[in-house]
Amino acid sequence: MLTAENITKRFSGVTALDNVCLEFQAGKVTAVIGENGAGKSTLMKILSGVYSDYEGQIRFKGESVRFSSIRDAQGCGIAIIHQELNLIPYLSITENIFLGRELTTRWGTLDKRNMRERTRELLADLKLDLDPDTLIAELKVGQQQVVEIAKALLEESEVIIMDEPTSAISESEVAVLFRIINDLRQQGKAIVYISHKLDELFTIADRYVVLRDGKSIESGDMDGIDHDTLIRKMVGREITSVRRQGAGRVFDTLFLVENLRLKHPIRLQENQLKNITFQVGRGEIVGLFGLMGAGRTELLETLFGLHPKRSSGLVELDGEVIPLKTPGRSINAGLALVPEDRKRDGLVLDMDVKTNISLTALETIEQAGLLNQAKETTLARKYIADLRIKTPSEKQAAKNLSGGNQQKIVLSKWLATHPKLLMMDEPTRGIDVNAKAEIYKLIGQLASDGMGILVVSSEIPELLAISDRILVMCEGTLTAEMAIEDASEDSILKAAIPKTMSERVNE
Amino acid sequence: MQLSLESHKPTLARFQSLIALFVLCLGISLMSDKFLTVANFWNVLRQISVNVCISTGMTLVVLTAGIDLSVGSVLALSGAITAGLLRNGIPMPSANLFIGFTLLGSILAGILTGSGLGWFNGWAITRFSLPPFVATLAMLTIARGLTMLWTGGFPITGLGDSFTYLGTGWLIGIPVPVWISGLIVAIATLITNKTRLGRYIYAIGGSESAARLSGVNIERIKMVVYTLAGTLAGVGGLLVTSRLDSAQPNAGISYELDSIAAVVIGGTSLSGGRGSILGTVQGAIIIGVLNNGLVLLNVSPFWQQVVKGFVILLAVIIDQKSSKRE
Repeated sequence: MLTAENITKRFSGVTALDNVCLEFQAGKVTAVIGENGAGKSTLMKILSGVYSDYEGQIRFKGESVRFSSIRDAQGCGIAIIHQELNLIPYLSITENIFLGRELTTRWGTLDKRNMRERTRELLADLKLDLDPDTLIAELKVGQQQVVEIAKALLEESEVIIMDEPTSAISESEVAVLFRIINDLRQQGKAIVYISHKLDELFTIADRYVVLRDGKSIESGDMDGIDHDTLIRKMVGREITSVRRQGAGRVFDTLFLVENLRLKHPIRLQENQLKNITFQVGRGEIVGLFGLMGAGRTELLETLFGLHPKRSSGLVELDGEVIPLKTPGRSINAGLALVPEDRKRDGLVLDMDVKTNISLTALETIEQAGLLNQAKETTLARKYIADLRIKTPSEKQAAKNLSGGNQQKIVLSKWLATHPKLLMMDEPTRGIDVNAKAEIYKLIGQLASDGMGILVVSSEIPELLAISDRILVMCEGTLTAEMAIEDASEDSILKAAIPKTMSERVNE
Repeated sequence: MQLSLESHKPTLARFQSLIALFVLCLGISLMSDKFLTVANFWNVLRQISVNVCISTGMTLVVLTAGIDLSVGSVLALSGAITAGLLRNGIPMPSANLFIGFTLLGSILAGILTGSGLGWFNGWAITRFSLPPFVATLAMLTIARGLTMLWTGGFPITGLGDSFTYLGTGWLIGIPVPVWISGLIVAIATLITNKTRLGRYIYAIGGSESAARLSGVNIERIKMVVYTLAGTLAGVGGLLVTSRLDSAQPNAGISYELDSIAAVVIGGTSLSGGRGSILGTVQGAIIIGVLNNGLVLLNVSPFWQQVVKGFVILLAVIIDQKSSKRE
């Protein structure tokens, strides 16, 4: 259906794609895999018409094409669904789907009735039971994604590119998405599926294409390959999964949380966090699991002093009470938080690596009230070397680095404050396998140096691999605490699923 | 692709606006022989020093992704307070008393008025999470009204030679206002490039949530920035009043627009996080030279405004093109 022949794309000296050849077939789901920086997003931008200046050739149904804009590509039947959804929150589903291609009556006014009808049909095809007039803002992320797909179907797209479609949705929503993908495949569409979650690919994809360092390494049928081989092809070498050693160790208490509560921002009678009590030991890695909406992120935010007016409870770090008033006071007490959304909350993207690293530790590079550039550079270079951040120099803007390297900058800026307890919210989201392994290793090292670590993750295998102990949250309460040797995917999930829902599952 | 923080340092990044300035000067000097004279040189610098003062404060505000629309009114009230105190003191008829103010006292009171109004802007913005546009728009009206109340709608004149020295005098061959605005620019450049406060200002503009999570006290920094902007508007008021030997109740009307123009022409992004004080100074000079040139060329004041508008458009378009290329 769609083939790329010898595609090369250069950005001011850097070769992002080097002679890439690949093929997407109708009625097949093709997984495009590769580490961050392998060239996946550049390739997708070329296929979807964002970049038109490249070398090589693209053939669509046998004909040579060159898209000059996204609209151009859409017009030909190639749609892309981005990781960050492109919907306007305060417009309705119908208005979003028809945005830029509204139907009009012969008087030139909007043909709302027809558009609403068409939307209803599309939603019905996708088995999304919603009123077409619902505002996007009222939808869950998974539902918004289905609306994006509906948008693509309106154009009768024959190629649908999905970039990390499951990164923000729950398991049940993933099931819905996969059902939709299956339907689309049966209708003969070519689906291009980009994801880091290899397990998913084995469920949904028919074929795979591996990109590495801008080159197309290999392609083939998913049936003929296994998990480890695929990883080897992505990274170009073996990755051994590291298991945490020394189960059953006893840790001194470092961090103590007692009866922590957080009121709901609007319904003040309700609590988003209900009497949370736990502790983290010196040198211990505690993994915290919960489904979406369980209150994991709220817990970290509260501990970091971001909800001073709504929170209550006792929090002690190394014998000292932490006031939960402002991030500044929490940081001074020895807390650090690697936030979930690193692009928005972790980094100032326009600023360079050096400035981002030193932002939390400007006191240490101050001399007579002025910032000392030399000290700042030394500080930045130390962490660039220690954490092996891949950057041309400390003066590179953070936005130009890959996800894994950006995450390492965020870690650096917190290590620069010499925290006693490091909290991490989804530390490996959107990061390639190699960088993931490096971050796991680093977490282990920090723990053996005596730091307490609290990791929130929605990937159970990840938590099982790195934690000493696991906590599970559900609807604002801690529902389970288990030593790593007693923990399993089953037991964790069981504790994480709300009662009502698990009853429903059992029916 | 390589866009680093270097761009807020006054190096080559702002080169094209220097070229624009040069072309502008060359063009005007070809058409008018009065332009390229020593007297006119100092005249232009003296005229722009007020805008440089205000725009320095405005740059700090805009770097945090804010805006201050009240600077013109704050300038008027500060000038009027200084002039009123200097001329009349505070009469207290009930006690049959009269509190006189020294020169220094009046000046300080005027500047502190600016600081106070700026502080109020910052307080309204941080305490009630108001958009800066709205809070400072309100202050624009409030301060103008207070100026009218204080002056009764009439200019306050006859302020004495020692006061008018500030706006019209010379010191070591350079006009006093140029000294004052130059000093302000130097301090502000130091703050933005070399201090924690400066770094936090850029960080807040770049990503407020990342700055907050890094432990930056956003509210405090914003309070400081708006207070500084008010203070500098106060200094501007002092210079205007002193140069005219008169506090006009409608002084400074639409100064906020010239100031925003200087900031924008100087390459500071209205969405915050990128820009520099020295860029703004260049922007102010370009506007000043343009004003001066158009007057010298006898262009009608109505046309002057049209031309100025197009120059702003052109400057920003060129700036965007070149920053994309980076």
